[in-house]
Amino acid sequence: MRNIWTIFRKEIKSYFASPIAYLLMTVFALIFGYFFYVATAIFVTRSFESQMMGRGFPMDVNEWVIRPLLMNVSVIGLFLIPMITMRLFAEEKRSGTIELLMTSPVRDLEIILGKWLAALVLYGGILAISGLNLAFLFLYGDPDWKPILVGYLGLLLQGGCLLAIGTFISTLTRNQIIAGGATFAACLMLWIFDWVTAYESATWARVMSYLSVVTHFEPFAKGVLDSKDVIFYLSVIFLGLFLTARSMEALRWRA
Amino acid sequence: MIRVERLTKKYARTVAVDDISFQVDKGRIVGFLGPNGAGKTTTMRVLTCFLPPTSGSVQVAGFDVMKQPLEVKRRIGYLPEAPPLYPEMEVIEYLEFVARLKGVPKSERKQRIEQAVERCAIGDVRTKLVSKLSRGYRQRVGLAQAIMHNPDVLILDEPTAGLDPKQIIETRQLIKGLAGEHTIILSTHILPEVEQTCEEVIIINKGKLVATDSVENLTRRLRGAEAVAVEVEGRNGTLDPSAVRRRLEQVAGVSRVIEKSSRDNRCSFEVESLHGRSVRGELARAVVEGGWNLTELRPVAYSLEDVFLQLTASEEAAVAAGGAR
Repeated sequence: MRNIWTIFRKEIKSYFASPIAYLLMTVFALIFGYFFYVATAIFVTRSFESQMMGRGFPMDVNEWVIRPLLMNVSVIGLFLIPMITMRLFAEEKRSGTIELLMTSPVRDLEIILGKWLAALVLYGGILAISGLNLAFLFLYGDPDWKPILVGYLGLLLQGGCLLAIGTFISTLTRNQIIAGGATFAACLMLWIFDWVTAYESATWARVMSYLSVVTHFEPFAKGVLDSKDVIFYLSVIFLGLFLTARSMEALRWRA
Repeated sequence: MIRVERLTKKYARTVAVDDISFQVDKGRIVGFLGPNGAGKTTTMRVLTCFLPPTSGSVQVAGFDVMKQPLEVKRRIGYLPEAPPLYPEMEVIEYLEFVARLKGVPKSERKQRIEQAVERCAIGDVRTKLVSKLSRGYRQRVGLAQAIMHNPDVLILDEPTAGLDPKQIIETRQLIKGLAGEHTIILSTHILPEVEQTCEEVIIINKGKLVATDSVENLTRRLRGAEAVAVEVEGRNGTLDPSAVRRRLEQVAGVSRVIEKSSRDNRCSFEVESLHGRSVRGELARAVVEGGWNLTELRPVAYSLEDVFLQLTASEEAAVAAGGAR
């Protein structure tokens, strides 16, 4: 446990010692800010319109603003995650510091968990920036906070999944660019798997759609906490970290 | 302290270490000697639990590297060939990370870090970024890393590679200073380094153990005969080298005289004598009585270099002979 914390601290520090953390936060803040502006602007015009048309019923902020925004964030995440995970192991392999880690009295699993948790916390920190924008909705409106919470939980679970896959890919190479590129490709695949159901309804298409991380996020965005989706995410996280552990072991045998 | 029995390490296509056995006692400094690619680094990586052995058993402080790797790692300090440093950290930050990683308890952490800083003389760079350090300081920070948790065994892979002569001397002194408390294995392909710092040598070549002995024994064993360098000068401007040579060959106990060079009226020889006979006095008298001046007379010490070449070459010859058969 203490070892996980040691690795975790080191990883967080090195994220903030390089421009990468700040860069990702800035990019995310800009993109999210833009989407937020567009979504609220449309919402405001629409609600004015509907009042002028005489339709009295109030529009739902959660459904019209927050839900599409959360869906956007889940896609933006696919682009951020390779940048977070690419250095985790590739950099240690390149500079030889992996030898320090692997000859210290620390278990492989502790190293992996420390690194993955640091990546997850950084990702969570980046997502938290969007909370600033959403705070304005609470200031001027009255959105329901529970679906928002579920939405963010979903984002973290989805992120955890892709981060675990990214961590695994990072153990396979000593080149950060390759690790980042391959992780990006993997994220992209897991996203577009969902699209095949648009053209195809055979069993294989449904299986592929099931594998898509985005399909499982939709209920979260609606504020629905379904154990089926939680289990899907948790099992992909487990699979990713398990593969990482095996890959580290292979590193010893091949090296 | 360290017991290696029939260690073999194979990679996909090559055999890096082939059936090596040796033992290192507590508190010794052992030089691990061999040309590049002999299997030194591989052996060290097996000792530090970085690589698992293909076969054979390796024990450090009574713990097996395969069965109790955590216990072994707790007792080993390892400096790989390239010091494992994080460029974005400050030196002190790095050492603190290492102290935590090596499981130094919180109450001792500060003290251990200070001790390591002091021993490796890196006090004046403690707040510098690792990426800004010179090669010599990097090596020393790496060494501080290795001794952080006060390990029983120190394993240093080419600790002086890439340093300038002054830094090399400093590093050697540092290593010597660490002996006694720690059992040290250091690898190198530079022979004088072993002669100067180590008590014992393990020589490997192409993955095979060639010799293991104390430094003195090894030089003595391979010397066999003693050699003396003699320089002679003619008294009146002329010198006949063959006459000198004949005179020297007559001295009792001399087995061979080799003429090295002759210039104007100076001539130098290398005289080999039979084992256990000191012929220097006799040689001096012979030269003077022959009517020449003796300008130099000194024993030729075989360096480890010769020993090493002799050992590896004889092995190669044996292999070649085996192949011919």
